[in-house]
Order: sequence, then structure tokens, then C-alpha cells
Amino acid sequence: MLKFVLRRLTFSIPVLIGILLVTFILARAIPGDPCLAVLGERATEEICETFFRRNGLDQPLPAQLLIYMRNFLGGDLGDSLRFHRPVMELLVDRLPTTVELGFFALLFAISVGVPVGVLSAYRHKSALDVGTMIGANIGVSMPVFWLGLMLAYLFAVLLKDTPFALPPSGRLTPGANPEPFYLVAGWYAEGEEPLGILRFFSRIHTLNAVLTLNGELLIDALRHLILPAVAVGTIPLAIIARMSRSSVLEVLNQDYVRTARAKGLREHVVVGKHALKNAMLPVITVIGLNFGLVISGAVLTETIFSLTGVGRTLVDSITSRDYTLVQGFTVVIAAGFVIINMVVDILYGYLDPRIRFN
Amino acid sequence: MENSEPASLAPSENYRSANLWLEALRNLRHSPSALIGSAVIGALVIIAVFAPAFATHDPIQTMIGVPGETGRLPSKPPCIPLLGCEEPQHILGLDLNARDLYSRVIFGTRTSLSVGVITISLSILVGTALGISAGYMGGRVDNVIMRLMDVVLAFPALLLAISIVTILGPGLTNALLGITITFIPQYARLSRASVLSIKEQEFIIAEQALGASPLRIVLAHILPNAITPIIVQGTLGVGTAILDAAALSFLGLGAQPPTPEWGQILSESRNYLFTSPHLVFFPGFAIMITVLGFNLLGDGMRDALDPRLNRS
Repeated sequence: MLKFVLRRLTFSIPVLIGILLVTFILARAIPGDPCLAVLGERATEEICETFFRRNGLDQPLPAQLLIYMRNFLGGDLGDSLRFHRPVMELLVDRLPTTVELGFFALLFAISVGVPVGVLSAYRHKSALDVGTMIGANIGVSMPVFWLGLMLAYLFAVLLKDTPFALPPSGRLTPGANPEPFYLVAGWYAEGEEPLGILRFFSRIHTLNAVLTLNGELLIDALRHLILPAVAVGTIPLAIIARMSRSSVLEVLNQDYVRTARAKGLREHVVVGKHALKNAMLPVITVIGLNFGLVISGAVLTETIFSLTGVGRTLVDSITSRDYTLVQGFTVVIAAGFVIINMVVDILYGYLDPRIRFN
Repeated sequence: MENSEPASLAPSENYRSANLWLEALRNLRHSPSALIGSAVIGALVIIAVFAPAFATHDPIQTMIGVPGETGRLPSKPPCIPLLGCEEPQHILGLDLNARDLYSRVIFGTRTSLSVGVITISLSILVGTALGISAGYMGGRVDNVIMRLMDVVLAFPALLLAISIVTILGPGLTNALLGITITFIPQYARLSRASVLSIKEQEFIIAEQALGASPLRIVLAHILPNAITPIIVQGTLGVGTAILDAAALSFLGLGAQPPTPEWGQILSESRNYLFTSPHLVFFPGFAIMITVLGFNLLGDGMRDALDPRLNRS
């Protein structure tokens, strides 16, 4: 197993270097003078020279690449041109929103998609099965941003005066100011600067609410999460349901399932214990592949639901030509994507020994 | 036995491949999803080609001060005669710039269909060329091309497209280019895999022994054998490409106003969702129907062309 993990790790390293290389080249391919872009049109030649020297831009390209990689490994992504703050700091501020949204979107997709897929395979060609397949086909064809807008209209306008009404924007009710768990626990005094990682976790509102045992905050945060999470999770849900269905169908037709039935095992043991275990393997891969969809979905839905996450910040930065931010965020998201895929592969190898030994 | 009659190999291959296509067509005719998908796409193609005939107004003309117009405020709600509306001038109402929404959605079909088809054709062309070169040449060429494809695949597709458009500048052509790049690796991988499985087969080795040029081998033997999965993947890809293009336009990076493009129409009116939901509903619905059409056809084709799933 260790050998497999190491092999998979070494396979990811060239891809990660490739990502750094591609973003480096993309950033250098941006037309226009970086000095004028950062310091404004009025920057003189002398000021620009100092700027170039300070940022290592007077060096030859390979040397620049080395500086860039060294900075990246040290967690330095440069300063945002628009916010005049380190990109890393912005990431710690805004990534929690996206992580929370992505987590709940996937949770929704898996918790609905897998049971629906398994059931419709078990009741192959029933009304439920046909309905699932039609629903899944429609689900994968819907633009995320359109679904988000339609959900917002349905739950915030049409169902406004019913108990089903849900807030169409923001992460918490305006005015809510939850106390971070590290302050509640007394680890830091008010006004002290906490560790970045603690600040990161405290900004995941649902987690913070659980850690501070604040039920009201938890419900408020969850109510705000439902619409965006459903919007982001619908395409993955449809894909997961389809995959679970076809995977279970295939397994149910295999000899060992027939043997299990023939030896008189109860149906729920045959399906639940024997069939599901093997059928879930391809589903795990599909779940891994869906992280990309979740990230794309987050970019689109955060704008709609006024969530200040990574996606919305990225989109806004494009229009204001904040290249350092776009570059930094893109690298981190892509690297995260590679690492998640690696973890999924390793998990897959752990669950299915055939993968490990091939 | 096989070596004693090399001349008979080619005709039997042809015979089998013709049979395969005929059988696929027969299977397609029995697949409800392929039938519905083709009907939807067929209808959309007709709408796109004859858009001026279907549209009631100029899609970019504002109706302010136009003779015969009632002069009401923009973003008029839809007026559907079937539902008892007496003023059937603008079937889906007017948008915020007082343009006829129905005509804009109709003309949007042209943009979306062409973006989908052009993107996928380009990426199939480039991807297949890269994949076949990698698979056929092997060694270092293979390594360089496929590692590059791994890197492109490492980015979430929409994010990479956004980065590319950021550099090239917003616009439909650049969006198209950005999306094309994100699709290339799929086709490179598919065609490479097919080449690898074919190139060691005896009929290829026989061709090489007879002195056929690599180009001839690739065009006459490898490509026809590798094309089936690419066609299936391509049909499914058109839907995704249309969704991506609409998303880029929605973010303001794709089609620019006043071009009638579905994502762009949605983007223009999304802030008026609570007062004029119809402006958001119809273009989004059009995207969904189009993507659904390609997905259904793609699914049907996969079932029809995959011999392993063949109903006996």
C-alpha cells in the first residue's frame, strides 16, 4: 500500500510543477506593462525600474520562474493589485465560504444521488427508475447559474410567506456577528491576531456554530446554505445517481450475487452487504471527478447568492484586471484539485486491491 | 491461415465496418433517447438556420419610439395568446432595453449551436491529431504531449477557460478558444488509447511491411478505427461546451451585448429576477433544452455504437 501511495505521490509532482509553469507562462503572456498595471499610468521610468528590481522582474525568465516557485512554496502569492493585501490573506478570508458551499453541495449530491441510484437499479425499469433517469438527464443539462436564479425566485418570492421561504443571498442574516470559537474558548483575547488556520476554520460558519454550541447560528447558516448548495450540487447529484444505478445494475447481474441469493441470504443482506460494497467503487471515482464541477459551480453561484467566496472574488478580479489575485487563486484551486484527485485515487487503491497491484 | 491470404483482409474489414455503421443506425432508431435527442437538435438547427423567419422582430432593435408599439415600459411581462393575452405583439415580452425577448432567444439559438459545434470540432481536430501522434510515435513525443494534457486536465475546466479569456480579453471568439483548449485532452486521450490498441495489430504491421507511409496508415486505417468513441464523446461534449460558453457569457467574459446569446441575456437581466423573472426563465430554459438534446443523442449513440452493450 505504501508503495502505491508513494507512486501516486510522485505522479502528482510533475503535474503540480506543470500547473505552476502554466500559470507562470499565462501571467507573463498578459499583454501590457506589469509596472503600469500595478502602479498606475503615471509611474515614471525610474519608479518602474525599482519596481522591476524589487519584484525580480529584471531577472531572466528562468530566474523569475525559480523566484516564483520559491515564493509559492513559502506561501507567498504576492499582493493583490485591487485590495492591496497579500493574496494568501484574501484566500484565508474567502476560501472558507467556498469550502463550506462545496462540502454541503457534495453532501447533498451524495446523500440523495447514491440512494436514488441504488433504488432505481434495484427496481430496474420501474416508474422510479424511469423517473430517475429522466430527472438525471435534465439535471446534467441545467445551467448552474440559471438553476440558482430559479431556486432563489421560487423560495424567496413565490414561497415568501410560507414556512418554506429561504433567504436568497448572504451567508448569515444581516447583522449577525458570530464570535469565533477561538475567542469563545479563551485561546486568544479580543483584538489578538490568531493563527491563519484558526481564522480559516472560524469562518466556516457551520463548523464555528458547532464548536461554540450555538444552535441559532447553525440553523441560520444552514438556511442560507440550502439554495446555493442545491444549485451547485444538482449536476453532481445527477451524475452520481446515474453512476450508482449503472454500477449496481452491473453488480446485481454477477454470479456471486446469484450465489448469495441461492444460499438463502435475505435480500437486504445481498444488496446491502454483497452488492453495494463492490458497486460503490466506481461511484467514489465519480465523486472525486465532481470536485471540478463543484468548483466551477461555486464560481457561478457565489455571484448569484452574494457569497464572498473564492469564485466571486476571482470573477470580480478578472474585470478589474487583478492579475496577481487571479494567478494566485487559480494556482491554489488547481493544486487543491490535483491533491483531491490524488486522495481519491489512493482511497480507490485502498478499497480495490486490483488497482494497487496493476 | 491468416498469412496465406493477406489480400482478403481489406475487403472483409470494409464489409465489417459497413455492417457496424448500419447496425449502429438500426440501434439508434430503436433508442428513445437518441430519437428524442435528434428531434430536439433537428428542430433547433431549423430554428437557427431560419431564425429571421421564426423571429417576429429584430433581436437588437429597441422598441422605444417604434410606430405601432404601445410605448409601455421595458421588461413587459410575457404575453402568451394561448393564456388569454390579447396583445400578442411580444410573445415573451420585452427585455430591459425594450427589445423583443422572443426574437432574442430565437437568434440566440444560432450563437449557442455554432459555439458548441465549432468548439467541439476544433478540439476534436487538435486533440485527435495530438493523441494519434502521441500514440503512433510513442517515446518522448508521447510523454511530452500526454504530460501536457495531464496539466490541462488538472485545472477545473471552467477555471482554465476563465484564465485564458482573462489574458486574451473578453469576447465570444476568445471564450470559444478558451473552452476549446479545455476540451482537447479528452480527445487526445481517447484517440491515443485507440491508436495503442490498433497499432500492434497484424493489418497495420502488414501495411508497414508493404511500405505504406505513416500518414497513409494513420488516415486510412487508424483514424477510421478510432473515430467511434470520439463521435460519441463529441456529441456529449457539444452540450457541455454550450453550457460553458453560456457560463462565460453569464460572467461577462463571452458574448458581449447586444449579441443575442442566452448566457448573455441571462446576465443582463439577473438583477431584475425578482421583478421580471421571465427575462431569466426563457433563455435558461432554452439552454437546458439544447443541452438536453445533445446529451440524449450522445447517450443513445453510446448505446448504439458500443458493441459490448449490443442487444442481441
